[in-house]
Amino acid sequence: MRGLAILFLYNLLGIAGNKLLHVPLPGNVLGMMLLTVSLLAGWVKLAWLEESAQFLLKHMMLFFAPTIVGVIVYFGDIGAQWLPIVANLFVSTAAVLAVTGWVTGKLAARHEEEGDRV
Amino acid sequence: MSELRAFPGEPAFGIALTIGAYALALRLNRRWKWLHPLFATTGALIVFLLLAHIPYDQYRQGGDVITLFLGPTTVALAVPLYKAVRTMRRHLRAVALGVLAGSVTGMAASALVVWLLGGTRELMLSMLPKSVTSAIAIDIARQLGGNPQLSGVFTVLTGLIGSMFGPAVLKLLRIDSDLAIGAAVGTAAHGIGTGRLARESEAQAGVSGLAMSLAGVAASVLSVPLYVWLQG
Repeated sequence: MRGLAILFLYNLLGIAGNKLLHVPLPGNVLGMMLLTVSLLAGWVKLAWLEESAQFLLKHMMLFFAPTIVGVIVYFGDIGAQWLPIVANLFVSTAAVLAVTGWVTGKLAARHEEEGDRV
Repeated sequence: MSELRAFPGEPAFGIALTIGAYALALRLNRRWKWLHPLFATTGALIVFLLLAHIPYDQYRQGGDVITLFLGPTTVALAVPLYKAVRTMRRHLRAVALGVLAGSVTGMAASALVVWLLGGTRELMLSMLPKSVTSAIAIDIARQLGGNPQLSGVFTVLTGLIGSMFGPAVLKLLRIDSDLAIGAAVGTAAHGIGTGRLARESEAQAGVSGLAMSLAGVAASVLSVPLYVWLQG
C-alpha cells in the first residue's frame, strides 16, 4: 500500500505542476518525470514502490480500454473520411517506427564501436 | 423497466464488464499469441454495448474509474525508466535524436497522406499529433485549429495499431535492440505501445516510457513553428 500511496502522491504532484504552475506537460507525464528524478536522487527508494509499480505496469493496457471503447461515439465522423484516416493511421505509424528505430539503433551501434576503440 | 434501463449507469457495471473482458482477453492471448489483449478487450466491449443498446455515457460511469488508474500507472513508468537511465545512460542522445527524427517524419507523413487522399484541412490538423499521448495531442490539435475530440480518437487508435503491429514491423526491418525497439514503440504509440512492452520486457518499457515523454515534448515544440506557418 505504501507503493500505491507514493504513486498517487507523485501523480497529484504532477497534476499540481500542470494545473497550478502551468507546466505544459500532462500531469501524469510530469509525475513520472518527478518520480524518476526522485529515484535517481535517492529521495525515494525503489524497494518502497517496486511491487505496486510492477503490478500496475503489467496491466497498463487495461486502463486504456474505456478510452478506446469511447471511439464508438465517433464512428460516424470516421466513416465520413475513412480512407485518409485508415491509410494515415497505418502508413505514418509504420514510418515513425522505422525512422525512430533505425536512427536510434544506428547511433547507439556507432557509439558502441567508438567506445570499443578507446 | 426504466430501472433496468438505468442499471448499466451503475459504476460497478462498467468496471466489472471491462475487467471481465480484459481477464478473458488475457486467457485467449495465452492460447493465441497473435491476439492482442487490448484489441480483444475493446472489440468485445464495443460489440456488446452495441448489441445490448447500452449508451457509452452509461458505460463510462464505470469506465472513467478504470481510466483514473492511468495516472499512477504512468507515474509507475518511472521504475523501468530509472533502471534504463542507469544502464543506458550513454545512449540517451541516440534515443533523443531517434525520437526527434521519428516525430518530424510522423507529422510530415501524416500531412502528406491526408492531403494525397483528399482529406479535409481540419482532418489533417487533427491527425498531425496522433503519435503522442492524448492529453498533449488534444492541446496541440486545439492550438492548430483541428478538432480536439477527433484528435483524441486518432491518438488512441494510433496507439492501438502501434501496440499491435509495432514489434512485428520492427522485427521485419531487423531492428532488434531493446534500445531501438523501446524508442520506436514509445515514439509511435505512446502509453498504449509502452503498456504492451511492459508485459514483455522491462528494458524496452523503460526506454519506451522515456521516448513517449520526449515525443510529447518534441511534438509540442514542433507545433509552434507549424502554428506560425499556418497563420501566415
